[in-house]
Amino acid sequence: MDVTLYHYLGLSAILFVLGILGIFINRRNVILILMCIELMLLSVNINFVAFSAYLDDLGGQIFSMFVLTVAAAEAAIGLAILLVFFRNRGSIAVDDVTVMKG
Amino acid sequence: MEYIAVFPSLLSFLVAGLLGKHIKDKGAQFITCFAVLLSCAASIYLFHDVVLNEAPRTIFLSKWFSSGALHIDWALRFDSLSVVMLLVVTIVSSVVHIYSIGYMAHDPHKARFMAYLSLFTFAMLMLVTADNLLQLFFGWEGVGLSSYLLIGFWTHKESANKAAVKAFVVNRVGDFAFILGIMAIFVLFGTLNLEEIFLNVSGFQGHTFNILGHEYHALTLIATLLFLGAVGKSAQLGLHTWLPDAMEGPTPVSALIHAATMVTAGVFLVARFSPLFEYAPFALSLVCVVGALTAFIGATMALVMNDIKRVIAYSTMSQLGYMFLALGVSAYGAAMFHLFTHAFFKSLLFLGAGAVIHAVSDEQDMRKMGGLWARIPNTYVFMWIGVLALTGMPFFAGYYSKDIILEAAFASHSTHGLMAFWLGTATALMTGFYAARLLFLSFHGTPRMPEAVQKNIHEASRVMLYPLMILSVMAIMGGYLFEGGFTASVSDEIIHVDEKGIEYTSGWNREVFWGDSLYVQPENDSLTFVHHVPVWVKYLPSVMGGIGILLAYMIYIRHMCFPVFKPVRILLENKYYVDNIYDVLVVQTVKRLGLFFKDVGDRLIIDGAGPNGLALLSRRLAGVFSAVQTGRLYFYAFVMVASLIAFISWFMLEGHL
Repeated sequence: MDVTLYHYLGLSAILFVLGILGIFINRRNVILILMCIELMLLSVNINFVAFSAYLDDLGGQIFSMFVLTVAAAEAAIGLAILLVFFRNRGSIAVDDVTVMKG
Repeated sequence: MEYIAVFPSLLSFLVAGLLGKHIKDKGAQFITCFAVLLSCAASIYLFHDVVLNEAPRTIFLSKWFSSGALHIDWALRFDSLSVVMLLVVTIVSSVVHIYSIGYMAHDPHKARFMAYLSLFTFAMLMLVTADNLLQLFFGWEGVGLSSYLLIGFWTHKESANKAAVKAFVVNRVGDFAFILGIMAIFVLFGTLNLEEIFLNVSGFQGHTFNILGHEYHALTLIATLLFLGAVGKSAQLGLHTWLPDAMEGPTPVSALIHAATMVTAGVFLVARFSPLFEYAPFALSLVCVVGALTAFIGATMALVMNDIKRVIAYSTMSQLGYMFLALGVSAYGAAMFHLFTHAFFKSLLFLGAGAVIHAVSDEQDMRKMGGLWARIPNTYVFMWIGVLALTGMPFFAGYYSKDIILEAAFASHSTHGLMAFWLGTATALMTGFYAARLLFLSFHGTPRMPEAVQKNIHEASRVMLYPLMILSVMAIMGGYLFEGGFTASVSDEIIHVDEKGIEYTSGWNREVFWGDSLYVQPENDSLTFVHHVPVWVKYLPSVMGGIGILLAYMIYIRHMCFPVFKPVRILLENKYYVDNIYDVLVVQTVKRLGLFFKDVGDRLIIDGAGPNGLALLSRRLAGVFSAVQTGRLYFYAFVMVASLIAFISWFMLEGHL
């Protein structure tokens, strides 16, 4: 069985939807949300790389490097915020994060 | 010199009004009195220059505004008419300013009072020297404003506040007609400049205004509207109710505004527009009838009043009626003459009454006076002079002016003139009665005031008595000196020299005196007809006045009883129920209408749709939007994804992808 572009795209779509569902269904843990966001970014990366190979264009792969960088930075900041939040509130349950209501 | 006649009062008003705290009461009194005396001196000079040297002039000050075809300037017009008014206003105003120093000695707000008096003087001077109708209206409203401020000067008295509002509102009714008249003049003549209006009047004789499908003679309509304005200001029948109530103000105010000057503005207005009224015979007869009725009815009410100032107030109304009566029979000179003499003897009476009120500790009810003559002899003498002048006793000022008015009415050969003559004669009788009644009740008989008051009776201070003296001189001499100039015709001079024992200097007659400022059509000129009237007409007014005094003497000194028809008395004491009728017909209706607009128009519609409605709407919208902000992350994420999906689906369905 050849692995075609469609398989890559299918995998990426499944991962993306898993990420979204993770955000929706999860109500306890902010770390899970961060992980789900990482998952979604990764699925996007798979898309980039797949298209890059398919179209013979290096731009996609370069862009995926950027996305990885952003993802790393985001994870660092996100975890830092999480840490501060935990110190202040003593919990990281998502349901408790409702004070930013307008 | 022209500037000095008009503007010092404005300056002194500004200084005393704005800097009253810094210059203290003494400073305010000094500067206002000095300013008005300066005006007075300038007016006397102008009287000499303009009237005697026959040099009328107009002084251009500056442009006011220009809008379309309407060009208005600030300009001062000095002709005989305005200079005569200038003389009256500044003399009486000076006297009243000085008198006020004494009268208001115990008042805590002297500077404010003097400032208002100066404001009034300035507004009145602007009124009489106006070169166009709008400037005249400016002065007209200015005197109305200062009258309002001065009637309500004692702000702690509720009755004074009410009287001030009443005076203002009733005057509005007349002013509304006046404004309509001004607009009508602008529509017809295309200008508000007096000179241009008078030049063109004869060309517009045939013009009509079409109002709601009816044709109205344009000049008659304009004259009637202007007269209605004068009715309000001069307290003529129908709009007279504010004048007696205006007596709530301090007495010098009553003397200056509600006797000598402001209330005569209406007479001045009609005299000023004599060239227009001459072409509106219907309006003239209206003026005559209203004036005669006012004279009569005002006098009847004065018969029964017990408040010393109200008697004089109704007397003022009655005398103003005389002036309008004279205007109505085209005897403009006679009307101005009566205005002139009346200003002096009536302010004398008012200021005298003020001295009396001062003497008896602010009591105004004549039933609580009596026996004052020996205690305040100077005031007593001055009051006698005022009364004799008012009743038209020979050789006092009122004699000449009232006489000539009634003669002119008799000589005018018209039904309304004749009616006015008889009403005026009856009024002369009543004038004698109420004036003498005032004297006898307050100065003679047994003292009827409480002990404490009686001990404290004192003659007024000198600063109050000297003004009375000046006015007395004018009340005695004013008529004799000025009769020739104001009213005498050339032919009068030749015929009547011996009969009345009056010597005219050559050229001292009304044609020369008034110059072009008054206009009479020859066939209307009742003043030239007066030498045809029978002798009894000449002496009737004084005889009637004498009988009136005698009657009062018999009733109030000899205590003879005359059967008085009681219903009539009650009717008079209630002022013909005019106030009550107005209350039911106008005041209550307007009040109900006002309440309706307050509740429905303002509260329900404007507030409901405006501020309150908008506030409610934004609060509800805010509720909806804040409900969306749940603060839950997964909800935000859901909204983002859901809307993303919605957009993508929409794009796909539309076929963009």
